[in-house]
Amino acid sequence: MLQPYTDVENKKQEHAKPLLQVRNLKKYFPITSSLGRHVGDVKSVDGVDFDLYEQQTVGLVGESGCGKSTTGRAILRLTDPTEGEAIYNGRDIFKLKEKEFHKIRKDFQMVFQDPHSSLNPKKRIGEAIIEPMKIHQIGTKRDQMDRAMELLLKVGIRKDQFYRYPHEFSGGQRQRIGLARALAVNPKIVVCDEPVSALDVSIQSQVINLLKEIQENFQLTYLFISHDLSVVRHMADQICVMYLGKIVERAPTDELFGHPNHPYTRALLSAIPLPNPKIKNERIVIKGDVPSPIHPPSGCVFHTRCPFVMERCKQQVPSMKELTAGHYAACHLND
Amino acid sequence: MGVNVPIENRDILQTKTQLKKERFRLFVRRFLNNRLALIGSSIMIFLLLFVSFSLLFMNSSPLEIDPANRLHAPSSEHWFGTDTFGRDLFSRVVHGGFVSLAVGFSATIITAIIGMIIGLYASYYKFLDHILMRICDGLLAFPDVLLAIAITAVLGPRPINVVIAITVVKIPTMARIVRSSALVIKEQTYIEALKAQGASSWRTLWMHIAPNTLSPYIVQITNVFASAIILEAGLSFLGAGVPAPEPSWGNILYDGKVVIFNAWWMTFFPGVFIVLSVLGLNLFGDGLRDLLDPHTNKANK
Amino acid sequence: MQESLLEVKNLKTSFSTESGVVTAVDGVTFTVHAGETLGVVGESGCGKSVTAESILQLLNERTTKYEGEINYKGKNILTLNKKQMQQIRGNEIAMIFQDAMTSLNPVFTIGDQITEAITAHMKMGRKEANKKAIDMLSLTGISSPEMRFHEYPYEISGGMRQRAMIAMALVCRPNLLIADEPTTALDVTIQAQILEVINNIKNELNMGIVMITHDLGVIAEVCTHVVVMYLGQVIEDADVESLFSNPAHPYTKGLLQCIPQIDGDRSRQLYTIEGIVPSLDNVPKGCRFSQRCPHSDAKCLNEPPLLEEINDKHKVRCWHYDKI
Ligand SMILES: Nc1ncnc2c1ncn2[C@@H]1O[C@H](COP(=O)(O)OP(=O)(O)OP(=O)(O)O)[C@@H](O)[C@H]1O
Ligand SMILES: Nc1ncnc2c1ncn2[C@@H]1O[C@H](COP(=O)(O)OP(=O)(O)O)[C@@H](O)[C@H]1O
Ligand code: SF4
Ligand code: SF4
Ligand SMILES: [Mg+2]
Ligand SMILES: [Mg+2]
Repeated sequence: MLQPYTDVENKKQEHAKPLLQVRNLKKYFPITSSLGRHVGDVKSVDGVDFDLYEQQTVGLVGESGCGKSTTGRAILRLTDPTEGEAIYNGRDIFKLKEKEFHKIRKDFQMVFQDPHSSLNPKKRIGEAIIEPMKIHQIGTKRDQMDRAMELLLKVGIRKDQFYRYPHEFSGGQRQRIGLARALAVNPKIVVCDEPVSALDVSIQSQVINLLKEIQENFQLTYLFISHDLSVVRHMADQICVMYLGKIVERAPTDELFGHPNHPYTRALLSAIPLPNPKIKNERIVIKGDVPSPIHPPSGCVFHTRCPFVMERCKQQVPSMKELTAGHYAACHLND
Repeated sequence: MGVNVPIENRDILQTKTQLKKERFRLFVRRFLNNRLALIGSSIMIFLLLFVSFSLLFMNSSPLEIDPANRLHAPSSEHWFGTDTFGRDLFSRVVHGGFVSLAVGFSATIITAIIGMIIGLYASYYKFLDHILMRICDGLLAFPDVLLAIAITAVLGPRPINVVIAITVVKIPTMARIVRSSALVIKEQTYIEALKAQGASSWRTLWMHIAPNTLSPYIVQITNVFASAIILEAGLSFLGAGVPAPEPSWGNILYDGKVVIFNAWWMTFFPGVFIVLSVLGLNLFGDGLRDLLDPHTNKANK
Repeated sequence: MQESLLEVKNLKTSFSTESGVVTAVDGVTFTVHAGETLGVVGESGCGKSVTAESILQLLNERTTKYEGEINYKGKNILTLNKKQMQQIRGNEIAMIFQDAMTSLNPVFTIGDQITEAITAHMKMGRKEANKKAIDMLSLTGISSPEMRFHEYPYEISGGMRQRAMIAMALVCRPNLLIADEPTTALDVTIQAQILEVINNIKNELNMGIVMITHDLGVIAEVCTHVVVMYLGQVIEDADVESLFSNPAHPYTKGLLQCIPQIDGDRSRQLYTIEGIVPSLDNVPKGCRFSQRCPHSDAKCLNEPPLLEEINDKHKVRCWHYDKI
């Protein structure tokens, strides 16, 4: 039933046009003292650019706290960005009035990380899927119910479980239900925020396959967030590597894994333990911890841990340079 | 996987009723297994039945004065004896029970409704939170009884004013309980998911946050009911509540206070009823807490 | 062959719950030698943590029942009394947990907690103990250990806390370390650091390690021997090389195939193991994997297979391992 992905990819390339362009996205969370005075900012996302192409997947990887979720939430306006724009259908969605945004809200949906808290424990799963249709007043009651059941079948939940409560399902099943809920209003863009991170490996592969299959069937565009490079590699057509609120490298998937350029990307790649005892890969063990996003390092944000750090890295912020077609990295080593 | 599978809603609806029945059976079983809830609710049902049946079938009036028969001990004619004016104590206790329970119940319902509204909105809107919670803090700073007396003193001792006084005194605790559990629920991912779908704040608050605050809320309602009964009794005892000659458990106690050494029944019977109802409600509340706790829910599944 | 450090034989741990007795660990057998890292791998709920906690008897005494043998240096520690067990914990066998934040006491400094661990088992002056604690901290690769010594758990990062935990566990030089998912909550770059620390210390102290994880990558990286668990049982027991090159059990094979590989063919669909792990109060009659196994037949459904030896380094619990 599924077409081989390689063909699909070729097809995709031809029709590719940016669906959503995110430019210079910044989100600072203010820190206030106990007296309510503004004393600083958590610079969660600090100038992020990327494009989402129709029916493609952009992967966002990085360590915890680097601003992946905040980026995803900002695109859905779940948090108000401090700065930046996101152009969708020729309009900046950050500048739309709440009412206007509501009209296109259903084009943007999200699948969440934690299967245990992402469903309302007091709502039957069927109702949970109908809810977004109710909000957007799509179809009659009967249509809504039929569609909800159809969606449940699609994500692999039996329709006689329509009236069950979330606690009667396992983590993997709940992620499926969360996906069905996101699909209910026929979205264009789905932000998947670590949708498989909380799942066991055997369940993880089921959900990954499902996500790919659904993308085909529903012609979805994904922003796929994960801290796991191998999962992102499997899902994404293009990958952005984030570190401390900034994208440090951006490239098509095969290019990124074939020719990783930024020292951080390389360290990340080499840190993944491979399930093969014969390959003892040469580790670049980077020292220390991720610095606090309240006081990010000057110059290159990675300079406190970079094995190749130079004097200028501490003062000068490296700019994004295109190395080969579509492969960008921000590192002074490329000058 | 067919896209156009015909879906028979009838089948599904059948499973729904089946599931509902099964859940109901399970709930009944767990309820019967829960000793606290069982005892508590038995006491309450007994009290209610006792009061309502007696009201229906009683022929003596609580206000009928019979100076010849003052302060008679319990006998077959006057089951609970008579009071200082020779009124039948049984009938006074039953009528007083009706008044006390009715005052407590209406105060509880109003408190519950207003408390829910305040708690929910305070949890959701920060500026409202600041205002409402400061007011609640202010009210909580006074001891319950003092505040209630102050209010009835201003408004005058009438049953309706007792209800108002109890409501004002109890709303802050109610609102706080709702607010604190709503604050936790507000941070859950499914609320964020709802926002991502574009739900209005009304929908989010009432359809999603409110149902999840229910278990602590219901338990708190039983507590408020119990303390409303005590508060009413206290007010009436101090003469700031239900005014004489209308009986209530509180003012019967007050009448009995003066003659406590030669007419024990005048304090004993209303006292017993107050204790029973408060005990019943508290046991019931504790039982409900276990019953509604999702953890025990899971273990028993 | 050298003498074994820890020998778990047919361990069975059951809990009495409201809905009856559940057996979370049902006949687990494995051996750890000094200087060896044994990996225990399996999906969530398969009994890894219960096995670990059974070894140290950390589970609730009232509701837990242990059966079988746990021989530490030839002595069955399940028969020891409370006091004797206290002497073993921390001193001979130490444990580190997944969540360092909740396992460290938030109201004491890192240094206090490590010194406390020392003085609980050894007669030593305060000064000496402090020095030892700082030495241990620097052994785990904490920079400026003298400063960290005086800090509280919430003041330091996750990786640092995990290091402090390791320092605390190892400060009495135990012979055996049980690590329950020590890196699961950490980022890969920090995980790499911690694994390196554990490995270095193991070589330095010649400990035995039981490394519990759900990540086959971590197993391949640091373990010498592996047991794979499924629903409370060991279903495969092998040295690392054979497990990864010749997995015998269909579950192990499935697990290895369904992880997305960093160098695999990404245009293919991922292999999946159908279904979900059954719950403990609904254990299948025959082979516990039979509902999900692509090779199951009538025999599998009715008779539980035993842990059979394929060769002296490889055991498997499957009726048909030689045919598939
Ligand atoms: N105190 C207890 N009472 C009853 N059942 C328990 C208890 N502790 C654990 N269990 C059950 O025992 C089984 C094994 O649990 P265990 O914590 O060992 O899993 P695990 O393999 O460590 O999983 P994870 O990867 O999630 O840590 C689970 O089904 C769990 O529900
Ligand atoms: N509501 C918030 N208030 C303050 N800081 C926040 C908030 N949400 C996220 N942050 C901070 O922003 C940074 C990035 O967070 P997040 O996007 O969730 O990271 P990731 O998803 O990459 O793990 C973190 O340092 C986090 O503590
Ligand atoms: S700019 Fe300098 S510090 Fe930053 S990654 Fe490149 S070499 Fe390292
Ligand atoms: S015994 Fe049968 S069901 Fe079990 S793993 Fe082997 S082949 Fe599969
Ligand atoms: Mg996140
Ligand atoms: Mg565990």
